[in-house]
Amino acid sequence: MVVRELELDLDAFEGPFDLLLTLVLKQELEPAEVDVATIVLAFLERLAERDELDLDACGEFLVLVAALLELKARGLFEFDDETLDELDPEEAAEELARRLAEYRRIRAAAAWLSERLEEESGRYFRLGPAPLAPRTARRVAPQDPALFADALRRLAAEPPSVSLAHMALRFPPVAEFLGRFRALLARRRRFDFDTEVQGLSRAEAAVAFLALLELRKSGEIELDQASPFAPIRVARPERPEEEEKEWIARSA
Amino acid sequence: MDRPLRLISSNPVDRLARTIEALLVVASQPLSLEELAAAADDDTERVETALGLIGDRYREGRSGIVLEHVAGGWAFRAATEAAEACGRLFERPIERGLSPAALETLAIVAYLGPCTRPDIARLRGVAADGVVASLLERGLLAEAGRDDEGGAVRYRVTPLFERVFGLESLSALPRLDDLGEDAEDLRERLEAVAAQRPA
Repeated sequence: MVVRELELDLDAFEGPFDLLLTLVLKQELEPAEVDVATIVLAFLERLAERDELDLDACGEFLVLVAALLELKARGLFEFDDETLDELDPEEAAEELARRLAEYRRIRAAAAWLSERLEEESGRYFRLGPAPLAPRTARRVAPQDPALFADALRRLAAEPPSVSLAHMALRFPPVAEFLGRFRALLARRRRFDFDTEVQGLSRAEAAVAFLALLELRKSGEIELDQASPFAPIRVARPERPEEEEKEWIARSA
Repeated sequence: MDRPLRLISSNPVDRLARTIEALLVVASQPLSLEELAAAADDDTERVETALGLIGDRYREGRSGIVLEHVAGGWAFRAATEAAEACGRLFERPIERGLSPAALETLAIVAYLGPCTRPDIARLRGVAADGVVASLLERGLLAEAGRDDEGGAVRYRVTPLFERVFGLESLSALPRLDDLGEDAEDLRERLEAVAAQRPA
């Protein structure tokens, strides 16, 4: 008798025993899904079909099933591993008996439920889709009308006006800075933006920066900054005259 | 002029009983004493008396409709003598094909619930995911919050479970200690089997 070829028909698996083991080892089948008791019963049935006891097959089966049981137990009792390891054999036997007894009681309860279901099979009742919930009326405690009037009076009073002074941000026009920078560039070839905006408010500095971007867009200035947050150098481009000269030279 | 039929008494409890009959006919699930009292706008004691009247009127052998105390409330169901006819009209999809695994899972949750899937797996020795999912779908189990430690979803049995199994409440289940054998008996049996085995 070849144990590995034992045909199995379980909820989670159907086929030979060695394929089941392979799938479990490759982690393609969860050991927790495998009903080991059914495997043992299948083996015992096969064993009973023969007259003599095949000790080799029994030994092999025991080893394989023990390994499978260990895998399954590890999967199911991950959290209990340490506590179980700490138990001596006597205590472990107690624990096993306790758990088996607990499971037996559950099985007996399941059997009771099954019988109950059989007994109650003649009971038909209506199952509606929407659960009805009759609402109990909420009773309000007696109220004092004076309190209500007082609350209304407070609601009717004109609320104090809130000052928005802190929100007033005055922005100078961009054109002011455009004119200022153009005038500056007419006098000097380059200047330092940070020096020019020194002493201005944050809002003014922001508008000055917008003016700078505006000038850069129209090509009136060139910007240069050595690194982020370093001073911004503003320069007047030299192009117009030079380009004109080049053009003249080429066309000559 | 409309006059009440002679058979219908104008006794106030009788009138309340008729209201309760009506409530039970329109309800899709058992109604508790308090729910009935709130809907009928009457006190629970009188509702209880009225339920006694209705119970007497609607009982097995006297009517095709039977009043029953189930799942913590009161509901009408069909009389058992009409079960065959009802069976030809309706399927019983909820309890059809409840496997031993499903019954064991229901037993665990009914007795020890609310409990998590790992709790069920630990007791049954096999993973409970598929069984729990199918019981949730049938409406026999429902979620009941999360476990404080691991955060796993906990499950409880539903009023439908009590109704399907004809239980007034979960306290109608037999005591778990009275079921199965205790650890000591089991141990003795294991030892007896070991002693009988040829060396």
